[in-house]
Amino acid sequence: MMKSGSNLERVLEAGHFAVTAEIGPPKHADGGVIRSRGEQLRGYADAFNLTDNQAAVVRLSSIAAGAILVQQGQDPVIQMTCRDRNRIGLQSDLLGAYALGVRNVLCLSGDHQRFGNHPTAKNVYDLDSINLIQMVKQLRDEKRFLSGEECKIEPRFYIGCAANPFADPFEFRVMRLEKKIAAGADFVQTQCVFDMERFERFMEMVRERGLHKRAKILAGVMPVKSAKAAAFMQQHVAGMMVPDAMVERLKKAEDEKAEGLQLCIEQIKHLKTIEGVAGVHIMTLMWEEMVPFIVEQAGLLPRPEVSGDG
Amino acid sequence: MIVAEAKTLEEIFQLVEPFKKILVAGCGGCVTVCMAGGAKEVGLLASAIRLSRRNNQLEVLEQTVLRQCEYEFNRELSSSVSEVEAVLSLACGVGVQSLAEQNPDKPVLPGLNTKFMGLPLEQGVWAERCQGCGECVLDKTFGICPITRCSKSLLNGPCGGSQGGKCEIDPDVPCAWQLIYDKAISLGQVDRLRHIQPVKDWSKSRDGGPRKVVRGDVRLDEIGQ
Repeated sequence: MMKSGSNLERVLEAGHFAVTAEIGPPKHADGGVIRSRGEQLRGYADAFNLTDNQAAVVRLSSIAAGAILVQQGQDPVIQMTCRDRNRIGLQSDLLGAYALGVRNVLCLSGDHQRFGNHPTAKNVYDLDSINLIQMVKQLRDEKRFLSGEECKIEPRFYIGCAANPFADPFEFRVMRLEKKIAAGADFVQTQCVFDMERFERFMEMVRERGLHKRAKILAGVMPVKSAKAAAFMQQHVAGMMVPDAMVERLKKAEDEKAEGLQLCIEQIKHLKTIEGVAGVHIMTLMWEEMVPFIVEQAGLLPRPEVSGDG
Repeated sequence: MIVAEAKTLEEIFQLVEPFKKILVAGCGGCVTVCMAGGAKEVGLLASAIRLSRRNNQLEVLEQTVLRQCEYEFNRELSSSVSEVEAVLSLACGVGVQSLAEQNPDKPVLPGLNTKFMGLPLEQGVWAERCQGCGECVLDKTFGICPITRCSKSLLNGPCGGSQGGKCEIDPDVPCAWQLIYDKAISLGQVDRLRHIQPVKDWSKSRDGGPRKVVRGDVRLDEIGQ
């Protein structure tokens, strides 16, 4: 029996190699941007993540953006962070998102507001991401709010979590993923993989604990536009690891953008061969128009159509 | 201790600007230890205020009590307070408020910004250690408080921004969960971190409204409410 019946769940549970892609909502109130992105990317991914005020920058809400995709017949994954809402706000938004047709939710801690455009804000963190996963699962499987009160018509989400194999302490990363799966995560989307060696080691530990059999793991990828961008991520973004060899390769390339795309495509092809990787999650950082090219070149078309309550 | 920091002189001159006679009231407790509001700082600040108003008339009294957070000690200030138009308190926010409660018709102004409960790491450096959340978890986190020391107060391990032992918000801030993990490793008790910490009851913290501790075992009948 399907938990949510979302397209992402159907594709993953049928054993297909899944593709998700990230869409960053705009910093303004025009939903048309989401609509046209949705049209542009139709058929190139099984579900689309809508970021939740990513990097603590105010943007059109992930749930509203997700609802626009639902209107188009797409399958959104709304990202939900613990930074801006307490348990009351989170549960209310879960009910609202479900009522609008959203079926996947990615539970996150959220980037600290220090990085955003409102660094003087108060943060919430009433729950952490693991508590949030538990809460979404309890609503779905026990029809109870966090308070224990009954929820007569429960929101039935396919529950996602993040994992970052490139953050420290490295050995704790697998333990933390295990906690998230024990809390109720059905699928996992990882931080962008650039350092394949470290990711392989991470997956080895994941397989040792049998975690790949308990949740579907989608490896994160990102096409990098230039050597400069790669070097910036290497030096200035906490929790990202970019090997020197990759920066060098981009530097030497005649067309850095084309090389960045090529690298991303190669990485997807490699990730597909790793046991326990159930799909890829493409994050493009405002370069969404390249998703069709990447997906096509990586040999991931056509996307499967899995119908019904499989 | 409660760690506080002086407001800028500019701010303080502005606060006392409307008055002709003030009392700078120090505290002999935490703020003396953290060198922000003891008798020495009272003396220095009083001089600075006098100098700033050389052309105007301004009389500045100075007095420091043992602990401004207790009514009992503040009674020593009552004759000075009755002489002045306003009190500039160099205590923490608790001291300022206890003086204000005792002197309802006198302006009591804060000369410090109260920062946190913490400890001195070295001369001139203090760090936060406790948020007074009302339900201590230090037994589960090997003596390192994730509520205080993790920038997101996470209870179940480090977020994706922990790298090289540092927190994503600042390379000078150690990641609390790295510290917890290292301690667990050194004690051979990492398995204890596999347990999922349930949702925290924040009603025991400030979120439940202003708090009060009432202890029947030590209460005297004649002491009120």
